[in-house]
Amino acid sequence: MSKTVLDVKGLNCPLPILRAKKAIKDLAPGGMLEVVATDPGSVKDFDAFCRQTGNVLVSQKEDGGVYTFEIQKGA
Amino acid sequence: MTAAGKSMSLIVTKGSLDWAYPPFVLATTAASMGLDVTMFFTFYGLTLLKKTLDLKVTTLGNAAMEMPMMGMHMVMPNLMGALPGMDGMATSMMKDLIKKKGVASIEELREAAVEAEVRMIACQMTMDLFEYKQADLIDGLEFAGAATYIETATNCHINLFI
Repeated sequence: MSKTVLDVKGLNCPLPILRAKKAIKDLAPGGMLEVVATDPGSVKDFDAFCRQTGNVLVSQKEDGGVYTFEIQKGA
Repeated sequence: MTAAGKSMSLIVTKGSLDWAYPPFVLATTAASMGLDVTMFFTFYGLTLLKKTLDLKVTTLGNAAMEMPMMGMHMVMPNLMGALPGMDGMATSMMKDLIKKKGVASIEELREAAVEAEVRMIACQMTMDLFEYKQADLIDGLEFAGAATYIETATNCHINLFI
């Protein structure tokens, strides 16, 4: 399935979340968004964001200060 | 359980550059998480609704203010605020930091709040007190008083005073 990639490297709270919210809005239910961020606070924040919005945080990983989140839009 | 159907209100009483951040960060984030958000701007908070923003920080009264500089932290003693040019210097230092650290501008956050349909109420009493004109403020505002806020707040899950 195709995946939208959102690059928010260098952006600080709350911009990664605000940009992700916008990107998710454009997805069909079940669609995938990959967020690439450098804000260390985004680790906990995307967890909370997904829990509260009914989207699924499928995976998250960190590599050299770059955080990648895979989010699946809820139904 | 998600945040759908939940709501938040904020009373915004301060209009300096630093104090403008907490309400707009929280309002935009809550809206992005699906909450209905109401902001009630009163007293100095009302300046955050002007069409053109010219926000400043002051060292006066910010006793714990310190800013990073050359790997250290420079404290901003209260007394220095009395010197001419100090607030201007502190303001430009903070604006530089905001840009450098990828922090949104207040203009950007306010626009995001408007886009997210955050309900914004301007305190009518403060409008009269400080002789503000509706034409000087951004569009889409409601003008009302304490009773309107209280009615909203009684139905909100989160109510904050900033």
